[in-house]
Amino acid sequence: MNGTINAIQDEVVEEFGFFDRWMDKYEYLIDLGRKLPLIDAAYRDSAHLIPGCQSQVWLHSELEGGRVRFTADSDAIITKGIIALLVRVLSDQKPGDIAAADLYFIDRIGLREHLSPTRSNGLVNMVNRMRTIGEEYARLN
Amino acid sequence: MNQATVPMESSVTFDIDRIRRDFPILSREVNGRPLVYLDNGATSQKPRSVIDTIDRYYTDENANIHRGVHHLSQVATQAYEDARETIARWINAPASRQVLFTRGTTEAINLVASSWGRDVLFPGDEMVVSTMEHHSNIVPWQMICEERCAKLKVIPMSGNGELDMDAFEGLLTERTRLVSVAHVSNTLGTINPVREIIARAHEAGALVLLDGAQALPHMRIDVQELGADFYAFSGHKVFGPTGVGILYGREELLDSMPPYQGGGDMIEKVTFERTTYNTLPHKFEAGTPNIVGGIGLAAAIDYVSAMDQAAFMAHEKDLLDYATSALCDIPGLGIVGTAADKASVISFNLEGQHPFDVGTLLDQQGVAVRTGHHCTQPLMDYYGIPGTVRASFAFYNSRADVDALVNAIRRAADMLG
Repeated sequence: MNGTINAIQDEVVEEFGFFDRWMDKYEYLIDLGRKLPLIDAAYRDSAHLIPGCQSQVWLHSELEGGRVRFTADSDAIITKGIIALLVRVLSDQKPGDIAAADLYFIDRIGLREHLSPTRSNGLVNMVNRMRTIGEEYARLN
Repeated sequence: MNQATVPMESSVTFDIDRIRRDFPILSREVNGRPLVYLDNGATSQKPRSVIDTIDRYYTDENANIHRGVHHLSQVATQAYEDARETIARWINAPASRQVLFTRGTTEAINLVASSWGRDVLFPGDEMVVSTMEHHSNIVPWQMICEERCAKLKVIPMSGNGELDMDAFEGLLTERTRLVSVAHVSNTLGTINPVREIIARAHEAGALVLLDGAQALPHMRIDVQELGADFYAFSGHKVFGPTGVGILYGREELLDSMPPYQGGGDMIEKVTFERTTYNTLPHKFEAGTPNIVGGIGLAAAIDYVSAMDQAAFMAHEKDLLDYATSALCDIPGLGIVGTAADKASVISFNLEGQHPFDVGTLLDQQGVAVRTGHHCTQPLMDYYGIPGTVRASFAFYNSRADVDALVNAIRRAADMLG
């Protein structure tokens, strides 16, 4: 059983608290990006593409036992690292919880700039899309 | 080029430390490190004299222009029209009325596409642009060509980033109305052979618009000597404020073109039956303009005009050669755009790495570069890449900036493996 969204966010914030230097943080993100489970090749298509000006993101979701399972991918490794964090926090959660989530961890681990609309890397659209998916599944239930 | 062949940095004729002190932002830190600003192709930094001019305008001179009898309005009008004169002199326009204020290069090109294009293009007519154009020198022409059932043709290029001039010759027909190309490519840095382009286009009876947005930060131009029919550039890329740009045009062309936008200032007499239009340049300047933008741009031009041109160009050439040679020494780094004649702009990629990742890690080290497609998606498609990392230099950059860039790239490459 997965922890709550906030419990996982707190875990992530604690992990990042160990990093004093920017390099360590980004090396960790790159590592997370490399370890992100591969998205099923069938979902790396235009229907699952969340376009970004800088890097592209693909997102797939399915409902399993009342919980939303997300898988995602990107063509840039740092974007993938951040995706890995978002998937860790929001995947295997209840649709209503996803829709209502306050994603404070991004700010606390100092990655806010990556989710600002000006970054145009597809991540903002990805978070919005994850929430919308949560809302849609919540309505179906 | 081998690093050993690069000559020593000249410090006698070009006092880089003094020049850097004129740009207050260059002394700030980013992510705890001294800013290394290599995104000049996107926008340039502003000297103190430009910042002071803007400050003084709003502190002492602000009023609307061209319509007030009161003192301040006349002061503001004089300053704005003096700015036009300064800009006209800088590009050697025959008369300041041929220098139109716009919001930037994009609006300047849209003005020509909309006003000239709608008047002159007919079904079956042709327009020519090149593979390496910025979207703002593609989309306005696509829009007007679609509206007027005209055809847009594209000059091909070679892998090193040079236009195929033989192919260009073949594109010109008796239906070619206008050739619109970048003087300098924003992504590749290629300085295009614009004199040859103008000569061949004119022989074929076509006009030429040059997008000079990336040229003027690096060189002086003389519109009469070039013989361009239209020349467009942006204020913010030549060390002036954002939101102001220039369209230079040959007088008989501007005279014959219908107005671009309707409104105040562009009219001679308005009645509900018929409106007559103002003379140049006001015919094309509807509404209250970016007054401080124009005045600030003139201050920027005063600043760059005061520099020793030969020394400033030699300094940028030194930066380009030094950076090119140092970047080529980084394993896996490939430069995109290796034309023989280049401005100080270098696009590159690290083998197997996404430009976004490289740019993000450079930013963490205080090095500001641009990543992505640089608003030249057709050019990225030509190379089959999602984007590049682009380091674009200005005269206030130094070899130390290049060294910081190279160190930051090496570290990013290590981290990305």
